[in-house]
Amino acid sequence: MVGITAFGAYIPFNRLERRRLAEAFGEPALPGEKAVANYDEDSVTMAVEAARDCLNGIKPADLEGIYFATTTPPYLEKQSSTTITAALDAPETARTADFTSTLRAGSTALLSAVDSVKAGAENVLVTAADCRPGAARGQFEQLFGDGAAAFVIGRENVLAEIEDSTTVAGDVLTQWRDTGDRYVRTWEERFVITRGYGPLVTKALSALAARLKITPAEVNKLVLYAPSPRYQAGTARSLGFRQHQIQDGLFDTVGLTGAAHAPLMLAAALEKAEPGDRLLMVTFGEGADAILMRVTENIKKFSPRRGVSGYLTSKKTTLSYQTYLRWKNMLNHEPPRRPDPERPSAPAMWRNAKKNLAFYGCRCTRCGTPQIPAQRICVHCQAKDETELYRFADINARIATYTIDYLTFSQDPPTVFSVIDFAGGGRLLCEMTDCEPDKVAIDTEVEMTFRCLYKAGGIHNYYWKARPKR
Amino acid sequence: MSIRDKVAIVGMGCTNFGEHWDKSAGDMLVEAAYEALGDAGLSPEDIQAYWLGTCASGWAGISLSEPLKTQYKPVTRVENFCATGTDAFRNACYAVASGAYDIAMAIGVEKLKDSGYSGLVITPPPGDGTAPNYSAPAAFSLLAPAYFKKYGLDPKTGKKVLARIAYKNHKNGALNPKAQFRKEIPMEKIINSPIVAAPLGVMDCSGVADGSAAAIIVRAEDAKKYNKDPIYVKALSVVCGPGHGAMHQDFDFTSIRETYHAGMDAYRQAGITNPRREISMAEVHDCFTPTELVIYEDLGFSERGQAWRDVLDGVFDLDGELPVNPDGGLKSFGHPIGASGLRMLYEMYLQLRGMAGPRQIDNPKLGLTHNLGGFPWEAVCSVCIVGKENS
Repeated sequence: MVGITAFGAYIPFNRLERRRLAEAFGEPALPGEKAVANYDEDSVTMAVEAARDCLNGIKPADLEGIYFATTTPPYLEKQSSTTITAALDAPETARTADFTSTLRAGSTALLSAVDSVKAGAENVLVTAADCRPGAARGQFEQLFGDGAAAFVIGRENVLAEIEDSTTVAGDVLTQWRDTGDRYVRTWEERFVITRGYGPLVTKALSALAARLKITPAEVNKLVLYAPSPRYQAGTARSLGFRQHQIQDGLFDTVGLTGAAHAPLMLAAALEKAEPGDRLLMVTFGEGADAILMRVTENIKKFSPRRGVSGYLTSKKTTLSYQTYLRWKNMLNHEPPRRPDPERPSAPAMWRNAKKNLAFYGCRCTRCGTPQIPAQRICVHCQAKDETELYRFADINARIATYTIDYLTFSQDPPTVFSVIDFAGGGRLLCEMTDCEPDKVAIDTEVEMTFRCLYKAGGIHNYYWKARPKR
Repeated sequence: MSIRDKVAIVGMGCTNFGEHWDKSAGDMLVEAAYEALGDAGLSPEDIQAYWLGTCASGWAGISLSEPLKTQYKPVTRVENFCATGTDAFRNACYAVASGAYDIAMAIGVEKLKDSGYSGLVITPPPGDGTAPNYSAPAAFSLLAPAYFKKYGLDPKTGKKVLARIAYKNHKNGALNPKAQFRKEIPMEKIINSPIVAAPLGVMDCSGVADGSAAAIIVRAEDAKKYNKDPIYVKALSVVCGPGHGAMHQDFDFTSIRETYHAGMDAYRQAGITNPRREISMAEVHDCFTPTELVIYEDLGFSERGQAWRDVLDGVFDLDGELPVNPDGGLKSFGHPIGASGLRMLYEMYLQLRGMAGPRQIDNPKLGLTHNLGGFPWEAVCSVCIVGKENS
């Protein structure tokens, strides 16, 4: 049996209430709020967080593939799944692949993972993340949110068996960005729906139904991507599904998360699924994928660390539209009178990859003191070269002291720096994120999160920051 | 072993500190060097070797030999963060004490106001770019919440203690014609100044200035040949830390260990057992107000946890039991890195010789200077003790 053996999600801490868009432009806005990646988050960091949510008890060392789906990769040329692999401390020998350029990338990656497992791989991790840009005052600015989902596809302890799938390709121009486009473009909605989305989704589902002789009534949840809320329900009903069968499209809580959207909905569906349930996931983007799954008894034994439901409730909604614009590089602020950051050195990044990406320090084998960065000479007993690798990524810490820096270069001043003491030993002076500066205090519990510190010279410099425990 | 009473200062020079838009580093070096030479009654050809302290205003000894047109003499450029100036002095002292030279000059300079940035900016060597990019006030402000919490100071009292340190230094600086800022600042203005690194406001920070200072060093037994009133070196210590505080949980950010160790080393050299009583006055590294607060405890001027009370009681005021930063400190002078250590010595030189004018302390015997570079958890610290008498 091949299927999903683990699942997880990531929804950024910050939400933009859509009423703030209404206030900014004096126009009506959609209801609810949307999830917004912090300025130090991108599709790669969110994929890593979703994978950590998913790998709850699963050893990264057991992964034989790491796939990444997005339409917003940080690089046009340079793989991102290798960064994700390193950050998760998964083996170098795992197959890495980026699936991109289409909103269907998430399901394509998922199906490719299924194929890999059918071909003999044991465990393949699929991550999907997106943070698509919508131009100011546009419908996409209202609709789009940021988020990620992750799944492990395998053969043992399957939670949801992949029963069958169909794919229909259709080269219809509905939404697009060329390599120079900053924002998503679209053709008029009537065309998108009547000649793109509607017919392609219908074709994929019809093919699946014809092959399996399955009717809408036999599906417990339809996980249906749609370009906007109104077409999700309309399309589902026109295909014969009832309202209660339609998985919530997260429009009011997260927004449309691109290639990660249907995967995120699927993660939410799995959180609520019962053994025997049949889930039907349908994605759209230059075609449509339909994937039918049957939930097993194992579903009772698995839960992600936080999952969609956990991340939905852990949030901060005070984000202003001005700050949002700054995070998304849509508003040029006067820079501080400090030098711009220098690009990081590729040899130094390579040399320190175990620290920078997997967040390893060392532990002295003579006195037992954990320390990060790893040291040749022990900071406690001065033993030379008597250390073993020690990973801090999943160890929580508490704040020993802190400062709120208004002077340093930042896209979101003020910057909080904290000295944090890890449970079990080890200390780090690091940047904090997703925090309210006024509420930071000595003894606050923090957890580590993978972030992009800055970009310079076209290099995205990833590292770890502390955040108050979500 | 000790440097005690082996060498003496027979001449010093110090430029005004401030925004010298019209002067280069070389211009300031010429000014400080010739003032020191004039003070000692010497000419450039009498100086046999130079130690130049500059953190980032020039590379190599050429940064001094070219503007001064020294004629093919040895010049060593010294860089050791904020201890740069004092370390240049220390090395010149050792050279003279060794007998290699009879007369040496230590000179420091920094030209900060040409960068266009607020505060001090040093470009690090290429790296992986993961070191947190905190500003200097942020690094030192880490001391404040830790100190307040450990000793039970509420935020308001804490701010008041810090402000009282800045208040004192500005009050002293108001009496100093060479200071960058020569005005008393009311407590309320300091407390309410805009926050730069919470809880520090802009008035908790030292200024940013250009400047240069110089000292001429000879063997102690020769000193009176050049100057009827020389001052004698009693101790020289430089300590560099292992970076322990940012990696080890036993460091609590209420102390800077490098200061403690440099102080202990210097007291041993000078034979001092009770610094609060034996030291007549001190110039310490008040880069930010919490730095000065913990220095009092690390140097043994206050008991642990008591410095904040001593501050409020005026112990370190100009007319207090142990005046600290009588010249106004970094707070009034700014901090041209390479020059600061020598600027502090310049004040000791004036005070010990009774030439400090309205700031004159009554009959001082021993003066201490202290510099601290780097960060509270990973620092370089220099402590220097000078005295009026040659024992």
